[in-house]
Amino acid sequence: MRLAAFVILAALVVGSAAGLILKRNPIHGALFLVLNLASVAGLYLTLRAEFLATAQVIVYAGAIAVLFVFAIMVLIPGKVETGPDPLRGQRWVAVPLAGAFLVLSALMLRSVALKGPGPATHVPGGIEAVGRLLFTDYLFPFEVTSFLLLAAIVGVLTLAKRKA
Amino acid sequence: MVPESYYVALSAVLFSMGVLGVLVRRNPLVIFMSIEMMLNAANLALVAFGQRHNTAEGQALVFFVMCVAAAEVAVGLAIIVVIFRLRRRLSVDELSVMRW
Repeated sequence: MRLAAFVILAALVVGSAAGLILKRNPIHGALFLVLNLASVAGLYLTLRAEFLATAQVIVYAGAIAVLFVFAIMVLIPGKVETGPDPLRGQRWVAVPLAGAFLVLSALMLRSVALKGPGPATHVPGGIEAVGRLLFTDYLFPFEVTSFLLLAAIVGVLTLAKRKA
Repeated sequence: MVPESYYVALSAVLFSMGVLGVLVRRNPLVIFMSIEMMLNAANLALVAFGQRHNTAEGQALVFFVMCVAAAEVAVGLAIIVVIFRLRRRLSVDELSVMRW
């Protein structure tokens, strides 16, 4: 049952990623990205990381995807990537390069000790376990995160401000 | 229970597809989306490893990665909007100079 859920979600993830790469229209790419992120949220659920699944839907599939769609609306890059590609040879080199990267990472991950049965018990992935960590061991990084987000807000305002 | 190695393998595939997207596409927006996909692949591997070692620390790390990704997307999209205002075109091949 869990395996079936994993297979369906994995197919959705890979398929939407392929759609994002292959579709020329960026708005289609954004919609594929939403599907991809939602499928990853489903995978978090099968890993019993409920808090992360919720945060994924809110932050990624909600905020970030909406930001992308807004950017596409503002820029209207409707007809980009038409016209001749000046670096067409490099695109064809890119495919075997990405394949080589996949083989390399697969070989590397095989050497990681993931063989044999995992632990019998599983940590609760709810907000309690993560929140306890965030407010004890990771308190300082958690506070720094707020500063990071503030810096991002100020930076975006500075960049987006029209020069008089 | 699905073995964690399946999740890690899926994360490797997803990351490689993100790499392919960054290499192949010319639209900076789509390149950004591919980068988001790669971040997601890393997150998935982190959660899988965390479950493997029976700890929630992987999930805490993923939380931080999400925060950084949100900040990065906001700043990156703002930069793209500024570049588009200045050049009226969006192609990464022409963007060799990062100044104005």
